[in-house]
Amino acid sequence: MSLPTAPEIQTAAATLTANGLPVVELQDVTVRYRVPRERYRTFKEFAIRRVQGRVQFEDLLALDGVSLQVFKGEVFGLVGANGAGKTTLLRLVARVMRPTKGRVIVRGRVAPLLAMGAGFHPELTGRENVFLNGALLGYTRHQIEEKMDWIVDFAELRAFIDAPLRTYSSGMMARLGFAVATAQMPEVLIIDEVLSVGDIAFQEKSAARIREFREAGATILLVSHSMGAVKKMCSRAAWLDHGRVMAVDQAEAVVEKFEKYMEVSS
Amino acid sequence: METTVSKSSTEVYDSATHLPQLLLELKEAWRYRDLVLFLVRRDITARYKRSVLGIAWTMLNPLGMMIILSIVFSEVFRVAIEGYPAYVLSALIAWTFFSQTSSNAINALVWGGDLLQRIYIPRSTFALSSIGTGLVNLVLSLVPLIAVTLAIGIPLHATLLLSPLAMLMLAMFSLGVGLLISTIGIYFADVVEMYQIVLTAWFYITPIIYPLDILPERVQAAVQFNPMVHLINLFRDLVFYGKIPPLETWLLCFAVSLGTLLLGWLVFTGKSDEFAYRT
Repeated sequence: MSLPTAPEIQTAAATLTANGLPVVELQDVTVRYRVPRERYRTFKEFAIRRVQGRVQFEDLLALDGVSLQVFKGEVFGLVGANGAGKTTLLRLVARVMRPTKGRVIVRGRVAPLLAMGAGFHPELTGRENVFLNGALLGYTRHQIEEKMDWIVDFAELRAFIDAPLRTYSSGMMARLGFAVATAQMPEVLIIDEVLSVGDIAFQEKSAARIREFREAGATILLVSHSMGAVKKMCSRAAWLDHGRVMAVDQAEAVVEKFEKYMEVSS
Repeated sequence: METTVSKSSTEVYDSATHLPQLLLELKEAWRYRDLVLFLVRRDITARYKRSVLGIAWTMLNPLGMMIILSIVFSEVFRVAIEGYPAYVLSALIAWTFFSQTSSNAINALVWGGDLLQRIYIPRSTFALSSIGTGLVNLVLSLVPLIAVTLAIGIPLHATLLLSPLAMLMLAMFSLGVGLLISTIGIYFADVVEMYQIVLTAWFYITPIIYPLDILPERVQAAVQFNPMVHLINLFRDLVFYGKIPPLETWLLCFAVSLGTLLLGWLVFTGKSDEFAYRT
């Protein structure tokens, strides 16, 4: 799916800032994974080492004093090499983990497009799966009932919705997952890598849906390894390296810096 | 294509200002109660969907077990208890509830961790839904119990109507144990396997297939420290013997199950942030 092109990006950030508090805010955030230097898979092994005082931990800083502000309506890109901390940052925003230090504030509902089709069960019907998947994404039963018709139509599965999911093609499942995930407009949409859902027609449809969200004022966080995509879609971007923010600026400028750095270092 | 903007009270998430974990998790679990319900429904419908007898297996399983135990113990070992099949079955379904729900809670957490890495759901959801599934199965297995009781010529007792209270206590105890073991399971996956062995041993030190009084007195005193002894006896008194246990028994059972639940909840919620840090 190609995401909304962002042609008329004014030097948006500054004007948007005026509209109030940032939607996503990270204040001096540090995430430290404490990993044992060796891996103790069994309890016995660990217990013996622990008693001997020989368990050594290594601190792995996934994020190191990161501060960021993302404002309403922005399409904000995150670039960086593997292991730079992009996924960890998304997890913080999605509430999957809490920072070791610092503070994360998210104003509004987050829809992570990382878990489309989460909890889908092959033996249940499409409809039953919509309820389950919707509940996993934090909808109440009442909200799902309200959205059911829209979901079924958007996924183009009217004829199959009461058939077990195991009879679906992978494209059909992806469509259903996307429809549930985007049934209600979130304040913050998290997209990891440019996603491709279903066939070309559906890709365009889903891109249109995301564009709709953006126009209605949703904030989008996008992680991508495709610099072209980031330049095309994002208004601003941040470059992360080894858990630190190297630059926050207009997407073009950040991508340029990042690419220059990568050339130099390789 | 309509786009509804959810204007309804913007929820604000702030990682810094949060209630004590044990209250926060309670609040969140309540907010996600529909999810617990759907997970229960999934577990029950999905499990039997492709089998011919479907949900009847929930009732046939303990029945099969009862037949085997009855043959072994009344024919081979000559245990003399009147109405032994119903005696065994009444405790067996309570035990099955405990062993299944507590180990399901762990399995779902340890192996369903992938989901918890990608989206936010309250960590206790899986434990709660496995209790829900267990309760549905427990109520269903009352059907074969009643059938067997009538078939061997024992009348039904009105005390059966009090059995939901015993079930509630069993559920609290099982949830507490499930949460405790799950917490250890975050750090060591081995615990899942270890717990299965513990359960087997636990089964034999609980008077399920034998009456408590065949044990030597010294052992009988020691067995009193096993909470399952009291919970199983309470349940069996109500559904098999048709007697209402004295108040002390009720209070003891309630205290033990509430205490275990609180301890499990406290330990689990205190450590639940660690889940995301362990991959």
